[in-house]
Amino acid sequence: MKAFANLLERLAFTAARNAKLRILRHYLEQTPDPDRGFALAALTGDLKLRAVTPKLLRGLMAERVDEQLFALSYDFVGDLAETIALIWDGDQDDDVPLRDAVALLSDTGRAGLPAAISAMLDRLGPSERLAFLKLATGNMRVGLSARMARMALAEMGDPQVKDLEEIWHGLTPPYQPLFDWIAGGARPEHAAKAPFRPVMLSTPVDLDQLRALDPADHVAEWKWDGIRVQAVNDDGVRRLYSRTGEDISGSFPDVIEALNFDGAVDGELLVRRGANVAPFGDLQKRLGRKVVGKAMLESHPAGLRVYDLMIWQGRDLRDMPHQDRRAILQQADFGSDRIDVSPLLDFATWDDLAALRADPPSIVIEGVMIKRRDSAYVGGRPRGPWFKWKRDPMVIDAVMLYAQRGHGKRSGFYSDFTFGLWDGDVLVPVGKAYFGFTDEELRELDRVVRNNTTERFGPVRSVAPKLVLEVAFEGLNASARHKSGVAMRFPRISRIRWDKPAPEADRLETLKAMIP
Amino acid sequence: MRADQILHPTEAGLYCPPGDFHIDPIRPVPRALITHGHGDHARAGHGAVMATRQTLEIMAIRYGADFTETRQVAEGPIRVGDTTVSFHPAGHILGSAQIAVQPDKGPKIVVSGDYCRRPNLVCAPYEPVPCDIFVTEATFGLPVFRHPDPLQEMARLRASMAEFPERQHLIGAYALGKAQRVISLARQAGIDGPIAIHGALQRLCDYHVEQGIDLGELIPATAADVPAQLVIAPPSAFASAWVQRFRDPVIGFASGWMQVRARARQRGVELPLVISDHVDWPQVTQTIRELAPSEVWITHGNEDGLMRWCQLHQIAARPLRLVGYEDEPE
Repeated sequence: MKAFANLLERLAFTAARNAKLRILRHYLEQTPDPDRGFALAALTGDLKLRAVTPKLLRGLMAERVDEQLFALSYDFVGDLAETIALIWDGDQDDDVPLRDAVALLSDTGRAGLPAAISAMLDRLGPSERLAFLKLATGNMRVGLSARMARMALAEMGDPQVKDLEEIWHGLTPPYQPLFDWIAGGARPEHAAKAPFRPVMLSTPVDLDQLRALDPADHVAEWKWDGIRVQAVNDDGVRRLYSRTGEDISGSFPDVIEALNFDGAVDGELLVRRGANVAPFGDLQKRLGRKVVGKAMLESHPAGLRVYDLMIWQGRDLRDMPHQDRRAILQQADFGSDRIDVSPLLDFATWDDLAALRADPPSIVIEGVMIKRRDSAYVGGRPRGPWFKWKRDPMVIDAVMLYAQRGHGKRSGFYSDFTFGLWDGDVLVPVGKAYFGFTDEELRELDRVVRNNTTERFGPVRSVAPKLVLEVAFEGLNASARHKSGVAMRFPRISRIRWDKPAPEADRLETLKAMIP
Repeated sequence: MRADQILHPTEAGLYCPPGDFHIDPIRPVPRALITHGHGDHARAGHGAVMATRQTLEIMAIRYGADFTETRQVAEGPIRVGDTTVSFHPAGHILGSAQIAVQPDKGPKIVVSGDYCRRPNLVCAPYEPVPCDIFVTEATFGLPVFRHPDPLQEMARLRASMAEFPERQHLIGAYALGKAQRVISLARQAGIDGPIAIHGALQRLCDYHVEQGIDLGELIPATAADVPAQLVIAPPSAFASAWVQRFRDPVIGFASGWMQVRARARQRGVELPLVISDHVDWPQVTQTIRELAPSEVWITHGNEDGLMRWCQLHQIAARPLRLVGYEDEPE
């Protein structure tokens, strides 16, 4: 538990991805089974334990600490588990194995839980108390995705990320067969049906690069602005996975119900109303929900547009050339009107395709995909056979309002910028961007921030509204959570407009007019 | 004489009418008694200053030799007006003292200033002084503050340095006291190589060495290629362009506040080190129990928590609500 507590603390304070990966890898290398497996599952949200409620914890504290002192402390700390971990008066400091804590939280009956938690807290030091309470409340918040966990595991042995993705959903904590495999043992057998298979990804391309290729060797189709998914029906077991292998079946019962086929298909998840594809913002409303209400299912119906077949009616098609898979795809019956096939585009030259790309039939198209006719379906991002040629980003000229210091390689540099647009004669913050500029531009931006600071709040400075930044972004959603009413997707600083005076920056209504 | 006629808060700070002096005044006064050299307690421009020899020397280093018109080293009991004052070690920083005020008639008051009861190699340990009225800080006056053994924090620093051997570790520490404590702890923890220090720490580190405190080999942190993995700098340096010379540093901060995650996040710290030179909750409550004064006065910090504790333990207490002292100055 000491190692686990230390791991959680380090991950919580480490921003850089590579540093997180190293910390996790060291932990996994140095921690015995089954503790490391339980830790991994806890971090990725795959550990199913009895959920301990805040009410139960408050009840424990009421017996031990004066109510007023507890309230003052909680007010200061701001987090219930942390307050309890700090305030708990115990002088033991046992290194309780993580497996014991997991056993306690999975095996203890409801009636015995408060006493068992109390006894465990008595045995632990403060950091371990916090780790235990975070485990108990199921609230790790260390910013570690399952994908990052797999990247750390891939650094430990021969199996690569895509190999791990393929078996991931057949595994259960504490993953002993997985660690054995990484240590050089046998590959774990698939226990579960409907596994995730590594997705084939594309590389960006532009017209100049395309000119070196023969259009006759390629097909093209629209790149839809939804979520790339893999939909599987394996002997009646149905799953919907994101392209990184997260199981998102729970959020899309309507799509799951429509998977009336036998196979594994690659496609785009979209919200569709009749023939119309809804903007990404509508799909986003469906994401991350554990329970989807009936009203939401009716107002935001999801469907699937299929790009490719991986497994079809018992056959693995992945080694076939794309054109052969495509022939089968066009004949396929998916047994539901929620599922259709992404049509191929008719073009003879790259200029034909450029013209199509410039004038797509739907605002929910974000460019074109170009695929070699002879390409096998290869998991990962092989260079060459598949390209994405995205539409040009939208841009807007905004004014820098706040800046925050960065971490790691950007330590000491103001590198995260909040920018705003004019609404009447005030500037309303509309977004935040922290890349898109060169190292040299970063130094210049940093200088601007330092020379124009009007206020400081910890690592954040408010900046006199002088500098105009051209911000490029991929899309725009209406958002009730943002003061401006809009949320940009993937904003980055595409140009610093040294030449443009702030009063000439764009207006909020210009941005709002760009919402699809 | 009633206690509040002997010592009471004024706009300039705590004032003692029978002795006609202020303790740690926040603005210039004719006669000041000063507990320790931190900027919010020790200010320049008083008519006369009485403090420990080390505090006077530290003030001269920080403000120049003419920081006051006259000065007096506090040694043994000293008559000041109709009172007798004496200075006793507070265990906070080098030269830090508690000031005991014994009026000719009336209760004995001990103003503890900032104090700490954990072993600290850079200063003399806190000495309990029996008194009728104990004036205490409450910087960490909430039961969540139980500061760990600082060597345990040093073990975390060493672990991070081993995990990221290619990255320099920049630790923020207040220039007077905390910086030298961190360096001394690093030495205790077995970090033997050169430690790089920011220019603003140089004179105060030199002074500690002159006073016989072993800080090992210190080199100036002028460039990124300084041959030291551990670099100590004052917190203000982290907001300046100075830090930009380091390529991919691990930023740490040594403070008692680092115990609370939200505080550490606000600072953008990657390696929070809980190292404090103030009493934490167990220490302040134990000190009050041990001294068993008839009354406790609380100067600054989280006084609500400590007030509540005194109330629960039926100890008379009142907040002085002194303004101008920072929680933990930077």
